[in-house]
Amino acid sequence: MALTHTTPRAALRLLRFDRVQRAAHWFNAALFGVLMATAIPLYFGSLFGVVLQRHVVEMIHLWSGLALPLPIVASLLGPWGRQMRRDVRRINYWTRDEIRWMMSWGRSPLKADKFNPGQKLNAIFIGASIVVLLVTGAMLQWFRFFPVPWRTGATFVHDVFSWVVFAVVFGHIVMAVTHRESLKSIFTGRISDQWGRANAARWVEERPRADKF
Amino acid sequence: MSTTPDEVTPVEDTKRVNVGRRAFLGLAAVGALGVVIGNKVQNFLGNAVGSGLGGLLPFGDRFRIYSITGTYPKIKASDYRLKVSGLVQRPMTFTLADLQAMPVTSFVKTFQCVTGWRVPDVHWEGVQLSHILDTVGVKPGAVALTFESYDHADSESLTLDQAHLPDVIVAYSMLGAPVTTEHGGPVRLYVAPMFGYKSLKWLSAIRVVNIVQPGFWEHNGYPVNGWLDGTTGPTNPDPNLT
Repeated sequence: MALTHTTPRAALRLLRFDRVQRAAHWFNAALFGVLMATAIPLYFGSLFGVVLQRHVVEMIHLWSGLALPLPIVASLLGPWGRQMRRDVRRINYWTRDEIRWMMSWGRSPLKADKFNPGQKLNAIFIGASIVVLLVTGAMLQWFRFFPVPWRTGATFVHDVFSWVVFAVVFGHIVMAVTHRESLKSIFTGRISDQWGRANAARWVEERPRADKF
Repeated sequence: MSTTPDEVTPVEDTKRVNVGRRAFLGLAAVGALGVVIGNKVQNFLGNAVGSGLGGLLPFGDRFRIYSITGTYPKIKASDYRLKVSGLVQRPMTFTLADLQAMPVTSFVKTFQCVTGWRVPDVHWEGVQLSHILDTVGVKPGAVALTFESYDHADSESLTLDQAHLPDVIVAYSMLGAPVTTEHGGPVRLYVAPMFGYKSLKWLSAIRVVNIVQPGFWEHNGYPVNGWLDGTTGPTNPDPNLT
């Protein structure tokens, strides 16, 4: 075991994202794309003037929103979701070193896990945002069941979370296109051992017992 | 992992904390709290930056423009006509200049949409609907008004009693300027004590009738009496009106 991991073999490709995770990522990304694209004319209606068929745009936004949790939930449940569940656990559990690394904006030393703390935070935020946006969005759609101050509050929360989501997604895309090998792995699933040792040393070391998770 | 005692290894603090779950629940709690108190936060922010800047803020306080048809009827101010007919002594058609020559009523009110968004401190100016009704003379037997929109898509209703409330106006100025096309200009209805859907845009005709005819939004499930606080209460000046 130790031999495999101490012998430098650039050709060895690590499986970073399995098929299920890649599918979940791209379905999720597509839904986010549609939601964000439809959100802009709905929110800036007064700037855009009349968008053709506002009602159609609304319906697309509504149904994409309702579908939003599906890719992640479907990829987590079932026998195909083992690696997905394992990675959720990785994202959940942080070492003290990781907390320190995040607090110091990446300056303190860290033997990184499969995802660095910034990536973990991105995933946690997006996950929580899906829930918050889904719930507040549903409140705006089926507003009759809620008192008026709550409807106002739901509008407020939906707006604020959306703005942060736009910023975070923009940041995610910037990071993706500036880290080519990493980016490639969300298409192919694989990444080099070399990259793993440089960017996710703890993951590479723990891999033999990863199945115990 | 086996390390010999004399081997120097950097101490790695790998005790694990479920940061993910905490952050996730924390964010969800912030969202829930925001739903409950966002209303007040928005007021506070609105007051902190002053009115008028609200639209620039990314945090609510902005009009969300709805249109039933997907287009706005474009009406030149000089072409504008308001036709008043039905159970009246003198059916009349008013131009914008006619309306502006009538006694001016102006006030500052919050615009509240039934779906939750609202815009505080909106300045409104126009003529009281009751003044127009007095001008044309309502015939006995009339109980309600039906409003029609230039786009022929929207319609609204008010009882005669509701129409006589002092803060129910035919507005030609909003936010300190002529009502824009997107806000229902050149002339729209503004029913201050009710939800926004009652304030019909692009007002083209008023008919005085002997029965309440529910309008477009009422046919889509909204209450006929769109009082801001439900069917009765403080913003409803007279509980008998409901």
